[in-house]
Amino acid sequence: MQGSEETTEGKRGDNRIRSPIIRARDLVKNYGNVRAVDTISFEVMPGEVFGFLGPNGAGKTTTMRMIQCVSPPTAGFLSVFGLDVKDHPAGIKRWLGVVPQETNLDPDFSCRENLLVYARYFDIPAREAQKRADELLAFMQLTEKADVPIDGLSGGMKRRLILARALINNPRLLILDEPTIGLDPQARHMMWEKLKALQAMGNTIILTTHYLEEAERLCDRLVIMDAGRVLVEGRPADLVRRYTGDEIVESENSPQVLACLQEMGCRYEVHGDMVQAFSDQPRVLARRILETCNPGRVFVRRGTLEDVFLTLTGRELRE
Amino acid sequence: MRRFFPMPTRLAWKVWQRNRDVFFKTYLVNFLPPFVEPVLYLLALGYGLGLFVGEIDGVPYVSFIAPALLAISMMNSSFFECTYSSFVRMYYQKAYDAMVATPLSIEDVIAGELLWGATRSLIYTTAMLVVLIAFGVVALPSSLLVIPFSFLAGLLFSGIAMCFTAISPSIDTLNYPAFLFITPMFLFSGTFFPLSVLPGPIQVFAMAILPLAQVVTVSRSFTLASVSLPLFLYSIAWIAVVCTVLFFVSIYLMRRRLVV
Repeated sequence: MQGSEETTEGKRGDNRIRSPIIRARDLVKNYGNVRAVDTISFEVMPGEVFGFLGPNGAGKTTTMRMIQCVSPPTAGFLSVFGLDVKDHPAGIKRWLGVVPQETNLDPDFSCRENLLVYARYFDIPAREAQKRADELLAFMQLTEKADVPIDGLSGGMKRRLILARALINNPRLLILDEPTIGLDPQARHMMWEKLKALQAMGNTIILTTHYLEEAERLCDRLVIMDAGRVLVEGRPADLVRRYTGDEIVESENSPQVLACLQEMGCRYEVHGDMVQAFSDQPRVLARRILETCNPGRVFVRRGTLEDVFLTLTGRELRE
Repeated sequence: MRRFFPMPTRLAWKVWQRNRDVFFKTYLVNFLPPFVEPVLYLLALGYGLGLFVGEIDGVPYVSFIAPALLAISMMNSSFFECTYSSFVRMYYQKAYDAMVATPLSIEDVIAGELLWGATRSLIYTTAMLVVLIAFGVVALPSSLLVIPFSFLAGLLFSGIAMCFTAISPSIDTLNYPAFLFITPMFLFSGTFFPLSVLPGPIQVFAMAILPLAQVVTVSRSFTLASVSLPLFLYSIAWIAVVCTVLFFVSIYLMRRRLVV
């Protein structure tokens, strides 16, 4: 969120130069003998919303923590705003806004006090902090709750207050780790609305999420990670087209249908009592199945990021 | 340099300010103990037990224990702040995570916590001193030196506490230092009876190892306005050295725990 004309100008300037906000090259992080992040490379450009997707233990949060300068990389190169995270943590953190996965608001303070105390960590003068806190509470629709202690907030309100807190220093990069985790659909849509607004203002945002619908809605570009590695990178729509085709044919899983699909020589996957078939001409395929394979039911639906995700990372449970 | 040696910056005061703000939000609850506690001890031990004890080293019993009450207050207010309270902020409230997502480093955060622990000792000790002055059991004006001294002593116990917090796997294991270190020290540091009645080796042990024994020695010199200079200087030097070392050691241990 832009607090002043000056900041907006600054961002436009960055855009013109197009030097990456984040640059990671062969980044590695080990915890003891466990390799949490395994030689990953990526770049995030100004004004972009960049997503990190992956099952539990994929290394998403570890990557976020390295970008935040709170977890030093084991090997490789990582720069934020052109500064090496090893040498300039304070200089980088000055311009970051962080929404952590776990709610860590200060329970000893009210909503407004939470923002004011946080502003002080950034050396923001008291008067400016007051103004900014009130603006942000209004933007997040929390004005009425300004003087309420944290315990009196719903889960959605807490997440919005954390987002407000992350914006208190006019960050040049927003880092969101599971921004809508544990929220009900209403609260989630509210959060998306706010994030969309921030995106429209030209903010650079990186986020991790388990919700593929969220990634599809918000991300300009994303990577899918698994076991510490980047499996694939691209725009959501391109990835769907590349890995599943625009549309997927789903049918009942019967021996007859499977025999049919084998005979037609098309790629398919069996998931429980359902079979998914992929084709350049899904509607033609669906018609043929319907006419020749005697399925109980068959339908064509749009391919989603979830299909890509499951195709790439498998259906095995991660715990 | 900073990567190897824990160097906090002026940003540590931001953490101190945060703790101060919380403290004064609930000042009624916070200020009650330092006023009530010494009154209870003075009545029960000083005047009750004191009736049978009479004098120790030519000093009325109530005046003998008054500086010990101050020293115990310095220890408790800072030690419990930087163990249980700090552990709650670190582990349950994730307050340190929130702070290090700003320009604050973990060194700044821990230094701020230690400085706050010391300040708490100063606040509590000052409040208690007011009560002791009202009862007329401490000498003036030398007793006023207890006030700046309580900050130093508080910083010492904060550092000790933060080392335990840094290595404690859970909040329950903080009970070990609380019961096995603080409680014995509370009783065997020349607090309620002079160290000289203990066997020789234990006396040496107390004066060599126990932080509270040093703090009691210094406090007693102030409130009785009588100094055994070598012992006084030894205790002050002991406190200054150990306090400085533990300030950095505790920050180092916390960084090792939290920066992974």
